[in-house]
Amino acid sequence: MSFIGQVLQWFLDGSHWQGDFGIPNRLFEHVYMSAASLAVAALIALPIGITIGHIGRWGNLAINVSNVGRAVPSFALLVFAVQLVGIGFWPAFVALVALGIPPMVTNSYIGMREVDADVREAAKGMGMRDRAVLWQVELPIAAPLIMAGVRTSAVNIVATATLAALVAWGGLGRFIVDGLAQRDTVQLFAGALLVALLSIAVEVSLTGLQRITTPIGLRSETTTQEVRSTSLSAA
Amino acid sequence: MLATGVVGAVEDPWIRWSWVSGHVPVIREALTQHIELTVIAVGVGLLIAIPLGLLAWRQRLLRGPIFSLTGILYTIPSLALFAILIPFTGLTFLTAEIGLVSYTLLILIRNIVVGMDAVPLEVREAARGMGYRPFAELLRVDLPLALPAIMAGIRIATVTTIGLVTVTALIGEGGLGSLILDGLIRDFKTPLVVGTLLSVVLAIVADVSLSGLQRLVTPWSRGRSAA
Repeated sequence: MSFIGQVLQWFLDGSHWQGDFGIPNRLFEHVYMSAASLAVAALIALPIGITIGHIGRWGNLAINVSNVGRAVPSFALLVFAVQLVGIGFWPAFVALVALGIPPMVTNSYIGMREVDADVREAAKGMGMRDRAVLWQVELPIAAPLIMAGVRTSAVNIVATATLAALVAWGGLGRFIVDGLAQRDTVQLFAGALLVALLSIAVEVSLTGLQRITTPIGLRSETTTQEVRSTSLSAA
Repeated sequence: MLATGVVGAVEDPWIRWSWVSGHVPVIREALTQHIELTVIAVGVGLLIAIPLGLLAWRQRLLRGPIFSLTGILYTIPSLALFAILIPFTGLTFLTAEIGLVSYTLLILIRNIVVGMDAVPLEVREAARGMGYRPFAELLRVDLPLALPAIMAGIRIATVTTIGLVTVTALIGEGGLGSLILDGLIRDFKTPLVVGTLLSVVLAIVADVSLSGLQRLVTPWSRGRSAA
């Protein structure tokens, strides 16, 4: 049978769809781990990035955090976490939270800084208090870039959660890691396909969310294009 | 059993210098492989990205498909991308490089397009007015002006690739990731620390030298904030 035929058969095999080792449970583990890490990383990163962007100080901190974050390999981060907290859920969780923070700090900082100073002055001139300027002017304008940071973090986290299978956690990476260990290319390929589809689904849905959170007045093809490029060069 | 495990964990320091001094050739080889994999990935990536980037910049119709395709490649996790290639190209250097090159494309192409787009229209019209033909204008006016953005792309692509190369150890292609993997498998911290530190230092050295190169090739932009 051709290789593609074997992969198809792997997916059609009912036993791969049930139990703790089945696709639905592995998918659940992957999404659960990623969502929990992203949520905690966002709770830490967004207030920091938004605050330093709002007060306009410690900008170097935001940039350096992102540069250091990019230089540390996520694989190494994961193995370090194992040394600190053992194997299983926690090392993967700790590593993924650490991995998720830098892009969100940097993007929310840049998003807040890129709000036109004239717009901020105008809001103040209209008598808005500092808090209102933050919530009603700065945050909505910065929203697309903040969301771009969330998206970058989410995609990085989902990707690295694949490696969590190496530290005795489940997730879809299990199929790849076991496939590699057992020289089972069919399982390896099927697992990789599932991971790729999940990552693309996360990217596409968060890009959609980013478009929705963009204030209507700021929506246009060019802004989305620019936001994408900024988020990449900043991440 | 548990007791010996715990004692063993306590006795394993973060770095054991005797291991380091006894494994200098191994470490040097891993570092060399890491640099090789990175240089080839960014070099080949650049060779592919320059024509595609210029195409995406000139032909608005092709811009969407080129960005979407490289965007999808960039989104697929590295381990999954390697795994997808293994049935066809095996556990080889080629598999590692195809994967690594795919990740550089989006960053490089986007920076080329952003850089070229930022060349002021007046400058291009002035060049035309001075009698520059399109190709000469591209080589002597547009590309030099886009160089800071392109170099920024090369820096990001290089640093990202250095991190990704650690994953290639999982498909048996060496690099500093093999030390990290060794540390994980044997539950022994020293190779893990050495592999990670060298990878981070390599990323920083590469970034600093490329930024130096960027200053060297764009003397006119000195004094302005770096891209």
